[in-house]
Amino acid sequence: MKILVTAKRVTDPDVKIKVKPDGSGIATEGIDYKVNPFDEIAIEEAIRIKEKNKAEVVVVSVGSKEATKEIRSGLAMGGDRGILVLTDDPLDANAVSKVLKALVEKENPDLVLMGKQAVDGDNNQTGQMLAEILDWPQACFASVVELVDDSKAKVTREVDGGFDHVELDLPAVITADLRLNEPRYASLPGIMKAKRKKIEEIELSSMGLDTSPKVVWHKFGTPAERQAGEIVADVPTLVAKLRDEAKVI
Amino acid sequence: MGNALIVAEYKGDALKKVTRAAFTFAKEYTTKQGGEFHILVLGHNLGAVVDECMSYGAAKVHVADNESLANYLAESYAQVVAQVAKDSGAEVVGATASAMTKDLMPRVAAKLDAGMASDIIGISDEGYFDRPVWAGNAIVSAEITSPVKVVTVRGTDFEPAPKGDAGGEKVEVTVSVDLGSLKKRFEQFEEVKSDRPELTEASIIVTGGRGTKGDEGFKLVEGLADLLGAAVGATRAAVDAGWVPNDLQVGQTGKVVAPDLYVAAGVSGAIQHLAGMKGSKTIVAINKDEEAPIFQVADYGLVADLFKALPEMVEEVKKAKG
Ligand SMILES: Cc1cc2nc3c(=O)[nH]c(=O)nc-3n(C[C@H](O)[C@H](O)[C@H](O)COP(=O)(O)OP(=O)(O)OC[C@H]3O[C@@H](n4cnc5c(N)ncnc54)[C@H](O)[C@@H]3O)c2cc1C
Repeated sequence: MKILVTAKRVTDPDVKIKVKPDGSGIATEGIDYKVNPFDEIAIEEAIRIKEKNKAEVVVVSVGSKEATKEIRSGLAMGGDRGILVLTDDPLDANAVSKVLKALVEKENPDLVLMGKQAVDGDNNQTGQMLAEILDWPQACFASVVELVDDSKAKVTREVDGGFDHVELDLPAVITADLRLNEPRYASLPGIMKAKRKKIEEIELSSMGLDTSPKVVWHKFGTPAERQAGEIVADVPTLVAKLRDEAKVI
Repeated sequence: MGNALIVAEYKGDALKKVTRAAFTFAKEYTTKQGGEFHILVLGHNLGAVVDECMSYGAAKVHVADNESLANYLAESYAQVVAQVAKDSGAEVVGATASAMTKDLMPRVAAKLDAGMASDIIGISDEGYFDRPVWAGNAIVSAEITSPVKVVTVRGTDFEPAPKGDAGGEKVEVTVSVDLGSLKKRFEQFEEVKSDRPELTEASIIVTGGRGTKGDEGFKLVEGLADLLGAAVGATRAAVDAGWVPNDLQVGQTGKVVAPDLYVAAGVSGAIQHLAGMKGSKTIVAINKDEEAPIFQVADYGLVADLFKALPEMVEEVKKAKG
């Protein structure tokens, strides 16, 4: 069994980013980059499958040379090898899904695992688009994944009002939600081993794909900031204010 | 000029309030850009919801009622949505942003080779879509350059469309989904039942975080919620701990809400949580740590132990309501 899993390089999710004064983008100076937390969950799931069923786990990323670091983190967790598709262009979800499709055709995995969304663009689109253009089934927002004889997957999906249970024939695309698992920390030997694992680099321009954007980001703005209000002394004061001042109860 | 087609989402026999917000988006879009407003409703044994769709001023209501659509699957629904989008001359295909449409609409976009903008909160005069990125810490103006454009619409940022006169044309959609070819089978929907209002429909929400420490604390949150007729919300920490169902999670990767009153008890105010509730009209924070970031967005902050403050609040609200 072979699993392709994504590792997008994103700004540190716990840092509050700022918009550049001229609105041309996000101010990135001094900001750390990490693996998209949802991709980290996908990587963990791939490695758990590998530990149970024997599988090869290929960690892929699309982006700048710096994304080597994010692939290495996936390899340190237990991935076997990496593929980095090199581009400095900002790609939209449609374009990334086309790049991933080309990698799927090259690698023939049984399963593609991805995060349900990246915490920078917050699109929540790429996995679904990839599944459609491959004509594969999808299971998004997975909270439980169970493989049956390496040919099927039973997936529990977190949706509005409860849980959706589906069964998919492999190959398929599964996107991870928060509660699928808790990603491990890479061990020191894991980190050492990852340094020797192979990362293949492919120039996007050599792939012969039309990745021209269908979504173009123009100006960035800052949302209206909320002002901190007042600290009230006690519960009676709070309730009185909610009734008489805010008029919400 | 192309049309704006909205995929309706309903529960039981009634449209979701957030779907009516997507109707408002479509009306605004067609007013600015031209074209007609259309609705598509899919499922099986559709009853009153079809009639309800007829009363929002849509030029056409497309009805796809077929046994193969009895259970939602992205693969089958996307086929129908894409087909109707083509047949109805849609330039924009939209839906309210929900767990279902987040699964479905990107698949539709890929079928139509269309660009997609998720969670839009506004339309500019050029026809660009404003949408939050980076957990709502920036708003980007996104232009979709493909002929067909797919969007999901935030229910918090458009008013739910009011009912108007019945009218428009009802169009029966011929559905030709072959479930056997989908390589995916629906097995079961495990419903989490609740008598409380839904998060995205409620005008008051009481949310509990890790500070509730579990069932006992959450009982206090629920007690206040029930007294106020409010929905109950939760942070990721509370959901992860298994204290409440997953669909109560408010935040960047959960539900986005903007009620009149949002009470957060034992919630620290992480970036990811704020992303889902900072559009609320009035925010109350109850936290025993005066340094908690939640106080920076709260209109009224109470530095207190929630195990004492919530029961007291129940008593005071009872008094206030007389
Ligand atoms: C990829 C990703 C996505 C995420 N998405 C979301 C999301 O959608 N929604 C979300 O909520 N989080 C999300 N998170 C998690 C988020 O980062 C925080 O970890 C989470 O919101 C913290 O929840 P909390 O405030 O309940 O817990 P904590 O941060 O632990 O805060 C608990 C608070 O309770 C207070 N407290 C403790 N005891 C009492 C008491 N007796 N009385 C009063 N106050 C008390 C403490 O002072 C503290 O401020 C996400 C994280 C990641 C990495």
